[in-house]
Amino acid sequence: MRMLIRGLGELCITAGLVLLLFVTYELWGTGRYTQEQQQRLDQELMRSWQAPRPRNVTTEKVRIGSGLAMIRIPKFGPKYRFVVIEGVELSDLRKGPGHYPGSALPGEVGNFVVSGHRTTYSAPFNRVGELGEGDQILIDTRDTQYVYEVTGRKIVQPTAVEVTSPVPMHPGRKPTRRLITLTTCHPKYSAAQRLIVFGELVDEKPRVAPAAAGK
Amino acid sequence: MYAWIWRNLPGSRPVRAALALVLVLAAGIVLWYLVFPWLEPKVQFDHGVVDGTTPAPKG
Repeated sequence: MRMLIRGLGELCITAGLVLLLFVTYELWGTGRYTQEQQQRLDQELMRSWQAPRPRNVTTEKVRIGSGLAMIRIPKFGPKYRFVVIEGVELSDLRKGPGHYPGSALPGEVGNFVVSGHRTTYSAPFNRVGELGEGDQILIDTRDTQYVYEVTGRKIVQPTAVEVTSPVPMHPGRKPTRRLITLTTCHPKYSAAQRLIVFGELVDEKPRVAPAAAGK
Repeated sequence: MYAWIWRNLPGSRPVRAALALVLVLAAGIVLWYLVFPWLEPKVQFDHGVVDGTTPAPKG
């Protein structure tokens, strides 16, 4: 009997330690993976942007899982920048925020929809809840920097696919405006709901060369 | 359980301690690199996509 109880106690302590390790893995270990991937994608993207634009190509197609654009949010400080990946599968979102394939590209009429992790995998959208009306979201592409301004936010059910439609909340309607939508989980550490941030294009300017922008 | 493992480790006290440390590390590595990556997508508490929306990419 005593042996049994002691064994049970040891098992419980072990389980507790394993759980602690797992939490460390989720919150810190996964982020290291994302940082590696971001670094790699960042270099790839910069290289491809510096190379001359391929001829006879009007819109560049981006493969699922590779970098599409750069997102920066001045409110989160000058160091905040992530490569936006094409695709929103689990494996894509592990590398960074992901663009819904089929939704508009940056600067296009319609809805540029980006989803990102809020607590794990470097948590690119950790502080997205702090964004308020008028805050800027900068999207860098090869030649252009698109400046979006937050227009509002909403907390919805995970099934609310209408937020990603070209005119958010009105699927089927023809888009006339150039919008951005960020989606992430809500509340933090939960998948019960989704936090959605809406924005609209207010400006576009030539992209600043990385030599001048970065250090 | 742990007492049993300790008793069955060979060698003197420091050797046993070293062996025990190796065992703990091995268990940790197996968890970190094999078990957790497998487990992580299954307990996703951090899922930010609105579901069922990945429209097939055009072309």
